[in-house]
Amino acid sequence: MAEYRGNGSSLVLRRVTAEGGAPRLVLSGSCTLSALGQRLQPLSAKLAEYATDPALQWDLTEIAQMDNAGAVLLWRAWGERRPQHLLLRPEQEKALNLLEMMSPPPPPASRDWLWPVTALGKAVFLLWEHLTSMVILSGQLLLDALYLAVHPGRIPWREISANLYRTGAQALGITALVGFLIGVVLSFLSSRQLQMFGADIFIINILGISIIRELGPLLAAILVAGRSGSSMTAQLGVMRVTEELDALTVMGIPHSLRLVLPKVMALGIAMPLVVLWTSAIALAGGMVVAEIQLGLGYQFFLSKLPDSVPIANLWLGLGKGMVCGMVIALISCHFGLRIKSNTESLGEGTTNSVVTAITVVIIIDAIFAIIFSDVGIK
Amino acid sequence: MENGGCVIEVEGLHTRFGNHVVHEDIDLCVYHGEVLGLVGGSGSGKTALMRQMLGLERPTHGSIRVFGQSLYGHNRKQLRAMRNRCGVLFQKGALFSALSVYDNIALPMRELRTLDEDMIRRLVMLKLKMVDIDARHADKMPAELSGGMIKRIALARAMALDPELLLLDEPTAGLDPELSDGFVKLIQTMRTELTLTIVMATHDLDTLVALSDRIAVLADQRMVALGPLKEVINRNHPFIANFFLGERGKRTLANHVDI
Ligand SMILES: Nc1ncnc2c1ncn2[C@@H]1O[C@H](COP(=O)(O)OP(=O)(O)OP(=O)(O)O)[C@@H](O)[C@H]1O
Ligand SMILES: [Mg+2]
Repeated sequence: MAEYRGNGSSLVLRRVTAEGGAPRLVLSGSCTLSALGQRLQPLSAKLAEYATDPALQWDLTEIAQMDNAGAVLLWRAWGERRPQHLLLRPEQEKALNLLEMMSPPPPPASRDWLWPVTALGKAVFLLWEHLTSMVILSGQLLLDALYLAVHPGRIPWREISANLYRTGAQALGITALVGFLIGVVLSFLSSRQLQMFGADIFIINILGISIIRELGPLLAAILVAGRSGSSMTAQLGVMRVTEELDALTVMGIPHSLRLVLPKVMALGIAMPLVVLWTSAIALAGGMVVAEIQLGLGYQFFLSKLPDSVPIANLWLGLGKGMVCGMVIALISCHFGLRIKSNTESLGEGTTNSVVTAITVVIIIDAIFAIIFSDVGIK
Repeated sequence: MENGGCVIEVEGLHTRFGNHVVHEDIDLCVYHGEVLGLVGGSGSGKTALMRQMLGLERPTHGSIRVFGQSLYGHNRKQLRAMRNRCGVLFQKGALFSALSVYDNIALPMRELRTLDEDMIRRLVMLKLKMVDIDARHADKMPAELSGGMIKRIALARAMALDPELLLLDEPTAGLDPELSDGFVKLIQTMRTELTLTIVMATHDLDTLVALSDRIAVLADQRMVALGPLKEVINRNHPFIANFFLGERGKRTLANHVDI
């Protein structure tokens, strides 16, 4: 395989004395990137040293092959102009001509010392931009919803049902697992404490209120935000990268109606159901432990539950679920539509979307807790 | 051994995607220092063949050797050295969308770890000049470029390391005729300075005729012709008749060769 190296040996410098007694530097061998390899740096210094002598004749005619890297190496050593005495072959002449025509490389950007101020300002503007465009998107969705109310034939049922399946049905497994484990842990810890006071019966209140009102909706929302939120953002983002969004636009199909609204509606429907499911499984987990730890029978547990937990808590949980679901979808779509057509922006957008969605879910939960502080608690 | 030895050696190559047979028993030898034009209808498997030459996909049967070396060996260092000697232009450009034009071209140079940043800057500017891209576009992101610019910058990136072997998939698709001619001149100039081996898949008859030393024609899953232009056009095959001797083909050929 050596023959394909083809270019033979690396560059050789030979200093001779020409006819007139003038010093001459003969370069031979191959002046290419692959042939020079590791020798590039030391060679660069050596050539620069030779170039300090203006009387030196440079003879490049014996160079077998010279590529761009080789030409740039010499050009830089000469200080970006031809030496006074230079022997060339015609094709090398062309390579040097190209270098001569080349505009000087731009200097590396200088540092900006005001960056903390500009960074802060940009962050504030960015936040403002997010808020306004989120409001615009919500308004657009509202208009779309009104439009669909007038033209029910245009409701995108297929998209809604596909999204229901993806965000709802496919999330049942993971929410069940997490819900069950949390129920078990919560029940185990509280039952130990309650046993100390002989207040075993209150395990039903504790589990009922905390799971139905708080933990069930919150767990479901956080899991769905991570799972479905990221996939919605990524889906829209890839559609931007592959210009599918633009294709939809030119076909006159509005993004909000076809892409965003079905997602928001589907998640608004699916989330309360997922919340119900998560709460039920978490309660089941708690019930199992209550039976083992405290000897509270399942039937007793279930018959006592409606008495100790007012039904308002359930409605509160479901309502939270619906609001969180729609907000998660809205945030995910908002971030998805903002993605620019490059892969970095795609990754960044997805991360931001999930982080924002989870944060907002927790904020919504807190707001609910304040507004409904005297509802459903005896 | 001028022009001797196969840089790429394809033997008994079969390709199948599921039930869909793309190549059937293809043999090909790309000589050192030649430009091989690869033509064939859309979907005839030109891109697939090139991807296999690069080791990105494995043929169903048969072997491919590049620089006399199998692509499926386990010696990573050799494979890497081989890859540094190949430049590739993908059909869709495949620029890194998260990097600027400048960084796209500088990336392979930086990976080499023998060039300093100043040298890289000069080289990148030179490559941009070669493909006729103004220096002020250097900071743009790929998403901000026109289709033809993407193509030319991808070409500049393919040539970043001055490779001995260039694989070009549709190098002139999406370029206007003037830029196509510029591309032809560029390759011709490079060939006077360096011994370049080029495999080029193209539909552009002008470029094909101007650059190719030999032409390989893929049709009906097989290599139906392989040889210099004159030999190929005398082969009796419907695709060849259509491609070279159709209305447009005749006009182009009349400009370039006397048949
Ligand atoms: N990854 C893949 N999976 C399945 N089929 C494939 C795959 N890649 C290519 N093909 C099929 O192989 C055939 C050859 O495709 P290829 O891209 O090589 O065509 P081509 O000759 O480059 O066409 P064009 O001139 O349009 O670029 C096509 O029919 C394509 O559908
Ligand atoms: Mg192709």
